[in-house]
Amino acid sequence: MAIKQKTLYEEIREAGHSRRDFLRFCSMMAAYLGLESSGVAQVVEALENNPRLPVVWFHFQECTCCSESFIRSSHPIVADIILDKISLDYTETLMAAAGNQAEEALHATMEKYHGEYVMLVEGSIPTENEAYCCIGGRSALEIVKEAAEGAKAIIAWGNCASAGCVQAAKPNPTGAKPVHKVLKGKTVINVQGCPPIGEVMAGVIVHILAFGRMPQLDRMGRPKAFYSRRVHDTCYRRPNYDAGLFVESFDDENAKKGYCLYKVGCKGPVTYNACGVIRWNNGTSYPIQSGHPCIGCSEEGFWDNGPFYQHLPSFPGFGIESNADKIGLGLGIATGAGIAAHFLATNVAKRKRIKNEDIVINEK
Amino acid sequence: MDMIKKTRNVVYVWEFPVRLYHWINALSITVLIATGLLIGHPIGIHLAPEASMTYWFGWVRFLHFAFAFLFFFNFIFRMYWGLVGNEYSRWFNYIPIRKKQWAQIWAVIKSDVLLLKYDEESKPIGHNALASFTYFLTFLAFLLQCLTGFGMYAAMSQSWLPKMFAWFPHLLGGDMMTRQIHHITMWFFILFAMVHIYLVFYHDYIERKGTVSSMIGGWKFVDKDDK
Repeated sequence: MAIKQKTLYEEIREAGHSRRDFLRFCSMMAAYLGLESSGVAQVVEALENNPRLPVVWFHFQECTCCSESFIRSSHPIVADIILDKISLDYTETLMAAAGNQAEEALHATMEKYHGEYVMLVEGSIPTENEAYCCIGGRSALEIVKEAAEGAKAIIAWGNCASAGCVQAAKPNPTGAKPVHKVLKGKTVINVQGCPPIGEVMAGVIVHILAFGRMPQLDRMGRPKAFYSRRVHDTCYRRPNYDAGLFVESFDDENAKKGYCLYKVGCKGPVTYNACGVIRWNNGTSYPIQSGHPCIGCSEEGFWDNGPFYQHLPSFPGFGIESNADKIGLGLGIATGAGIAAHFLATNVAKRKRIKNEDIVINEK
Repeated sequence: MDMIKKTRNVVYVWEFPVRLYHWINALSITVLIATGLLIGHPIGIHLAPEASMTYWFGWVRFLHFAFAFLFFFNFIFRMYWGLVGNEYSRWFNYIPIRKKQWAQIWAVIKSDVLLLKYDEESKPIGHNALASFTYFLTFLAFLLQCLTGFGMYAAMSQSWLPKMFAWFPHLLGGDMMTRQIHHITMWFFILFAMVHIYLVFYHDYIERKGTVSSMIGGWKFVDKDDK
């Protein structure tokens, strides 16, 4: 490379942001990542000195809500820099190039920055028949495998790429699989959610930029900084849960008072995400704050663990109205009936024994 | 009709640790089911208008977790006792790997489930082979309940014990499925308890060997030639 690459800081200044804005951005990112205050300097230093990161962003079976979420992240620098300046070399949705030009850009990046570029994937990959998702005449599976080979880091955006989301819900007609299932042996950062929070997405990228390595991940590949706590445990309505104050229906007095949404199906207790802390739309609100139960969108298989407005999932194979309690109660009644029948039958079948035995107890 | 005259011996079958285990287990399972059902379906009692004034649901959960620890250590103790206890409580009774055990299972089904011929072969001093096998299945259910329960608990705990189970929910794809399985397994406990209590009464009723009281005092009345 003949021309020295610009650093992110240079890009930011050229885009018209002040140094103050830049520092604010760095502090915010460091805070989201859970770094101590000395970590802010590290982020600043990295963005001042490191060359910009080449990024390729793929769209497979998805709805683009991850991209939408990302460009709405609160700090202008996030969208501006990461999308415009971070050298997003390839993204079907936002790039100006199309067709052959786009494919050329992709291949140029993959060759030029082999081992250096970050691969971002939005959407699941069909495996039932690869033809369900093809770009430029090649299947999603083929593209993923090729791009992953030279990627410095692989990030799966959202539930589609992390767990298959709605496409992988039963019966999963396309055999949709998340990225980590088709790339065996590679570490994939699963930035979960449908969509993930924009600030979380930015935070993960900044982490890679600033430290040159992956953030710490949980067992499901989710960055611990954002996914180690339940929505429930960080929920501002949590005291109502412990006090047994529940919304019984969406139009009752309790809903007005802002009681806990557990009984109307809130999946907060089984969902790991940072919604309660970072919130959405520039920290304005999040579903629970707006009076809607959490649907658990950052969890694997959340579609199959529905319905959304019922805490206990419906029981597979018994229809949508069924749940473990209804089936359990049915079995309980059947067992009780069986016991009663057995008891009656015993009194008939063993009547001689019951009446006639005469026993002498022999103490030793 | 002939009178059957039988002489019975009194045999000490259930040692004190086994009985203690049984009753701690019965108590903790009862509390765990009651609190568990409440956690799954909190009743709508609003004791106060503001959350700061009451904590009843928190206490229900506290009870559930406290008894979960009791249940867990009690279970571990029973595993240990399966290695050192008397012949009736040893581990090998519970896993049907010998032909004789399967023969006895079949005899029990004929004698006690289908109520066909009364068969002394199906009446050993300790647990019969079918009962033992059922208890083995409950041990597996205990294990599953510990894995799923402590697995879900791990995320809100700093203590080493629940942390040891943190890996489990990930195998099932997260807390959603873990919670579902925890809930379904609870129903296994309920159904088991119904059948278990009935069958103890049933055996006491038709055999007169003191099945019910044996879990209190440890003694059973057995036929002279019983082994």
